[in-house]
Amino acid sequence: FHNLQELRHSASLANKVFIQRDYSEGTTCKFQTKFPSELESRIELTLFEETVKTLNNFYAEAEKIGGQSYLEGCLACATAYLIFLCMETRYEKQVLKKIAKYIQEQNEKIYAPRGLLITDPIERGMRVIEISIYEDRGSSGSSSGSSSVSGSTAR
Amino acid sequence: MSQIQHAVPDAPIRYTQICTRSSSCSSPQTSSSAAAAGTEPPSCTGHRGRTPRRKWQVFPGRNRFYCDGRVMMARQTGVFYLTLVLILLTSGLFFAFDCPYLASNLSPAIPAVGAVLFVFVMGMLFRASFSDPGVLPRATPDEAADLERQIDSTGCSKPPPRTREVLINGQTVKLKYCFTCKIFRPPRASHCSLCDNCVERFDHHCPWVGNCVGRRNYRFFYLFILSLSFLTIFIFAFVITHVVLRSNRTGFLTTLKDSPVVVCFFSVWSIVGLSGFHTYLISSNQTTNEDIKGTWSKKEGKDNYNPYSYGNVLTNCCAALCGPLPPSLIDRRGLIQADTPQTAHQSNGTGGGSYAPTQLHSHMVGGYHPGWLQHGGGTSCQFCCFHAAKISFVPLTFYIY
Repeated sequence: FHNLQELRHSASLANKVFIQRDYSEGTTCKFQTKFPSELESRIELTLFEETVKTLNNFYAEAEKIGGQSYLEGCLACATAYLIFLCMETRYEKQVLKKIAKYIQEQNEKIYAPRGLLITDPIERGMRVIEISIYEDRGSSGSSSGSSSVSGSTAR
Repeated sequence: MSQIQHAVPDAPIRYTQICTRSSSCSSPQTSSSAAAAGTEPPSCTGHRGRTPRRKWQVFPGRNRFYCDGRVMMARQTGVFYLTLVLILLTSGLFFAFDCPYLASNLSPAIPAVGAVLFVFVMGMLFRASFSDPGVLPRATPDEAADLERQIDSTGCSKPPPRTREVLINGQTVKLKYCFTCKIFRPPRASHCSLCDNCVERFDHHCPWVGNCVGRRNYRFFYLFILSLSFLTIFIFAFVITHVVLRSNRTGFLTTLKDSPVVVCFFSVWSIVGLSGFHTYLISSNQTTNEDIKGTWSKKEGKDNYNPYSYGNVLTNCCAALCGPLPPSLIDRRGLIQADTPQTAHQSNGTGGGSYAPTQLHSHMVGGYHPGWLQHGGGTSCQFCCFHAAKISFVPLTFYIY
């Protein structure tokens, strides 16, 4: 596949991989960098790790408690938080805009050409990074992905 | 039982709206926003075949939404209106009866300061009551299936363990699985049984504020009770001054009956006590939930300590009050699009289809709405004013759900 459009039109979803949160440093947003086995044949370890590490850095920067966040907090309190009617919080700017842009960039350049798609964690409640694995509609390999998931259906 | 579909088909899926006990049936519509949305407001019975426009209309929790999803509160809002009435009445009486005398005889700054405090109190109250406390959205069917697979792969014949252990700053913390939301709760999150949502950094459910108190509105709640303490002390002090000054001329009892002293007297102790209690919680970086359960108390074990505390009282306070304010995770006003698959560059409005099937599946799965034990127990403090009994004189009455 060469781009996202092609991916959506000519591929079918085979499987989804979920990168879980890493809580070892507390409640700050951080994702595990463990490489899932389903992606081994699709993407290089280094590229994947770089994506996750960059995302983790973005989140860490957004949640950092330092001079800028204190300033924002005090200013907001002094105006009884009415200032947020005019401007968005630093966290929002960082998380929603910067990360969305980064993920789109990564999808276009790296993941879509390999038949993968990253979903922004904010759409999954910041719980997981969902990576969808697409198979070309014409290929016969698409059924193998779904068989591993169907094991959970027998209850 | 087959509960999850494991591959999203490429054809657009149409999910019919199910009228559940969630707020989509009971929430009132404002006529202006309904007109702006351009569709007829969804009614309870005629839902089938009518696709809802915004995500709050299919929200699975027990919340009420107003102003087209901008305002989010708990189901029971009666006590919130009582809070409003008490504050407005007390302040109103103060401004009407005491301020004219005080402004002319003492200083016009008194009603000015009172007005500023009053506006701040109301602002904080509205912010605490109307904002999203940090609700965690429920897992999508794919996520839930993936988790189930992981859980089942570890167990054999016995029921598989629904907990995960994590090491946080050297302290072992158990993450519990929430059967309603189908997720492993992040640390410090808890499921509120009144609102039927998992809330991040869950403090307690406050009926006086009409909402849960969690990560996103804790500072507003704290500033509300703090400023309310100042306001009640302020009003109390100046009313007493007024009464004393007046009673030199007229009788003591005549002046007293015009003043909101009685209401002030009782609320001062409870509110001040509650503020003190929450100041202690903030300085030690604990939630009410953790404090009540004694999660980090030394009685649990000698090595038990709070891994979230920064070690320094000032840093803890600054982190709680001046830390960054995270955005809402539930995207109440996003439009539901059930036909497009998930793409990364659509920041809002996608994934709407995930709510309807989650709702569908939670009804198919059925009875996973157990009581206290399986939910892990959300703490609901019925009378959170009296909750400050540890350091105030008012008797403690609270229930743990």
